[in-house]
Amino acid sequence: MPLLSQDEAQTLLKKVLGFSKADECEASIGGSEGGNIRYARNSVSTSGAVNSTELRVSSTFGKKQGIATINEYDDASLEKAVRRAETLAQLAPENPEYMPMLGPQTYQSAARTFVPNTAAITSRLRADLTGQSLDIAGKAGVTAAGYLENSASFSATMNSKGLFNYSTQTDVNFSVTMRTTDGTGSGYASGGYNDIASLDVAGNSKTAAWKAAKSGGAKALEPGKYTVILEPAAGIVLLENLYGSLDARSADEGRNFLSLPGGKTRLGEKLVDEQVNIYSDPWNETLPTRNYSSDGLPQEKISWIEKGVVKNLNYSRYWAQKKGVKPVPNPDGFIMTGGTASLDELIKGTEKGILVTRLWYIRSVDPQTLLFTGLTRDGTFYIENGQIKFPVKNFRFNESPIIMLNNLEALGVPVRTVSGEGGGAALIPPMKVRDFTFSSLSDAV
Amino acid sequence: MGLGAALTGGIPVFGSPVHPDKPLDVVDVALKKQLADVALNAARSKGATYADVRIGRYRNQFIVTREDKVLNTVDTESYGIGIRVIAGGSWGFAATDRLDNDGIARAAELAVSIARENARLQKEPVRLAPQKGYGEVSWKTPIAKNGFDVPIKEKAEYLLAVNAAAMKGGASWVNSALFLVNEQKYFASTDGSYIDQDIHRIWPTFTVTKTDDKTGKFETRDSLSAPLGIGYEYLQPDDSKKIKTVTTLYRDRYDMLEDAALAAEQATAKLGAKSVEAGKYDLVLDPTNLWLTIHESCGHPTELDRVLGYEANFAGTSFLTLDKWESKKFNYGSKVVNIKADKTQVGSLGAVGYDDEGVGAKEWDIIKDGVLVNYQAIRDQAGIIGLSESQGCCYAQSWRDVQFQRMANISLQPGKSPLSPNELIKNVERGIYIVGDGSYSIDQQRYNFQFSGQLFYEIKEGKIAGMLKDVAYQANTQEFWNSCAAVCDQRDYRLGGTFFDGKGQPEQSNSVSHGAATARFNGINVINTARKI
Repeated sequence: MPLLSQDEAQTLLKKVLGFSKADECEASIGGSEGGNIRYARNSVSTSGAVNSTELRVSSTFGKKQGIATINEYDDASLEKAVRRAETLAQLAPENPEYMPMLGPQTYQSAARTFVPNTAAITSRLRADLTGQSLDIAGKAGVTAAGYLENSASFSATMNSKGLFNYSTQTDVNFSVTMRTTDGTGSGYASGGYNDIASLDVAGNSKTAAWKAAKSGGAKALEPGKYTVILEPAAGIVLLENLYGSLDARSADEGRNFLSLPGGKTRLGEKLVDEQVNIYSDPWNETLPTRNYSSDGLPQEKISWIEKGVVKNLNYSRYWAQKKGVKPVPNPDGFIMTGGTASLDELIKGTEKGILVTRLWYIRSVDPQTLLFTGLTRDGTFYIENGQIKFPVKNFRFNESPIIMLNNLEALGVPVRTVSGEGGGAALIPPMKVRDFTFSSLSDAV
Repeated sequence: MGLGAALTGGIPVFGSPVHPDKPLDVVDVALKKQLADVALNAARSKGATYADVRIGRYRNQFIVTREDKVLNTVDTESYGIGIRVIAGGSWGFAATDRLDNDGIARAAELAVSIARENARLQKEPVRLAPQKGYGEVSWKTPIAKNGFDVPIKEKAEYLLAVNAAAMKGGASWVNSALFLVNEQKYFASTDGSYIDQDIHRIWPTFTVTKTDDKTGKFETRDSLSAPLGIGYEYLQPDDSKKIKTVTTLYRDRYDMLEDAALAAEQATAKLGAKSVEAGKYDLVLDPTNLWLTIHESCGHPTELDRVLGYEANFAGTSFLTLDKWESKKFNYGSKVVNIKADKTQVGSLGAVGYDDEGVGAKEWDIIKDGVLVNYQAIRDQAGIIGLSESQGCCYAQSWRDVQFQRMANISLQPGKSPLSPNELIKNVERGIYIVGDGSYSIDQQRYNFQFSGQLFYEIKEGKIAGMLKDVAYQANTQEFWNSCAAVCDQRDYRLGGTFFDGKGQPEQSNSVSHGAATARFNGINVINTARKI
């Protein structure tokens, strides 16, 4: 199924709304087409091509709402989805928090999220790029496992009050893990972009092979507090959990790390080191994102943390109305400002510390302090007098990104990074942090 | 059927408008066979040496509430076809929601062309363990009451009653939800199988929160329910299936109203509980906690694809390498540790008649008397560990995803001598009794793990001495299972599980259950997780 143009999406959604008998109706359609290739043990394992779409219909009677989805598009199926949403709505109890659907919105111009060359990636190109990575593994004498995927997608929403929006996006993501044949060393690298031209499969593969070769024969250090340099692929998995928790309602309700006694919150307070500036900007050239939110509100450039102070929290439309403030939707991408130092320069400026390539299996331990646990993985090295001295065994950590960002020593140049856990992209710098808490050793390589 | 076809008109219609309280319309088996044959013939005609087809129609229903509000009633339906082929000795896969003859044939052709592109990078051709075709067969989850038949209003009002019970019990906030899943999937292969399956799952759950306005602190207590492969009868309370310790636990039937009221009391008690003193304790782990430890530390490391390195780039590899299995004496756990894989277990999330590459469901030993004896494998791996046939562990989360090795139900077998949880606790001098699953994390080779829970009770000289908080236990997998000193008997055996066992790239979710009876683990490291920010 080809991606729908704006006109095609409009035509279809109008037809869907035409079936509606509800007080309010909203129809959304999204779809993607693309493919992937996965390799391991120096050979292709699985790969495929997928195209799919989904129509979502939300119907409301008064404050009673029902939602149905379907992926069949003949008239009977479209009507079936509308009737099902309406019946669900009629059967549902009233939701006192229901917010009337938005009318027409004005959005700023769309960012460059769709790149035709990325949409045109073929299974042959995916196989060719995989061949490059396997060649590098072969020459380095290591075993490669990797994954390359690309997609082109669209989404559109129309409602009975006149709202309409439409967007398109392309993505290409690559990650590779190279392991020494004796299983004592492992290295990882990844990249994810809207534009295939930014992707460097060979460069990433060389980095992973280098880390694999250098990480064999790791020494065990005692767990404890260490100065660490977190490469962006390591830092993102802690930072994304901070971004995702900047929620006004749960803070106001007393069940968030931002909650304070007496029903107060940390909004407006200094939370972390003043080097920390986190914002979102759909029009950032390196991390372009959609110009409207999932609930149809226009996206804006928003500062979330400025010089360490919490400047904004996410307010849903309901909570904003209840609190008498402007709604603030969640953005699709976060940006953390950095410094001018390269990763190598951060290492050179470190007397004693640990370089962390990747963090893994991050899970919340205590939401009151935003405490997370997880482990280092795929290349962890001891730094002394500005040089990488030797590989070290992996650690489990128990650390809060709030404590981590209070112990910030230096930031490097931000780079576009893909989370190895959540899969989302962010623009973040490498971070040098003191007193990072490692609580035990892991035998894993 | 695809959107492109809809815009141009002219389409087979597989469904007519239905009431959401009615079960999903079932696509006629004869039509599915006809569509499957289109795919198989197209793949063969393009040179595939093997092909399989999955036609899936998936319906999910979610009802989401908080306090006295129904936030969402969602009904989802998805229908499409996934075609997997071997051509030139390599796998290829393509999926489409365009279910007319042309759309299916094009997808089959695309799958073959992808396989041929990959073949030039292939070191060795794919070798499938032989599988005899079953002909035309079917299988259904044995359910007494279909949750989709229960009126939405009744289900929503039940959740609101659950919330009211929690609020009456002193909760500050409560979120609850009910998830219903129905997978209707049709499998056909060039081996001669045409398998029609109708699979049902249910998961009622909640989180109760208690806040303390004076201190700004809060505590939560999650539902002690389990997601299961049974019908709506799960929500019919049955006192004979309750297990009473210092709290109330549920086997096969769940009293959600009772659990919500108790959760509110317990969340309040957690606020005032003693913060644990870090150190070594004997742990008594309820199945509501232990299922997740089994999942992470036994289920995952015995997946053969991890052992072989297929997951090295994402989910990880495994410490249970082939040499340990070949030695026939790798001491995974103590003598009381017996762990089975079972795709036939009634009521479990992983129960099916046949897996997603047409292999009949079976059960087998993984750990026998503490020793590693087997893995979990699929057709293209079976030969590597000397099996003449697959163990039937292949699964795809939907028609649009390629099937691959996924975890079977992996369960700790109950002890053979009579032992109840209360009797087990009586023998513990200094320990912690842990109920419910909480935070969980394990390394990529499954050595080092950390788990938390919902309820923690200090045990002093065989008696419960009060509630603790800020508890997490850390261990090495092999040391942990070798510290297993006792497992309660069959009367205490219960299933836990998840809908969200993640693996693969692109990542897919698998639903899987893990059975256990309450078990004791000696001298486990407990850390205190309290921090200040």
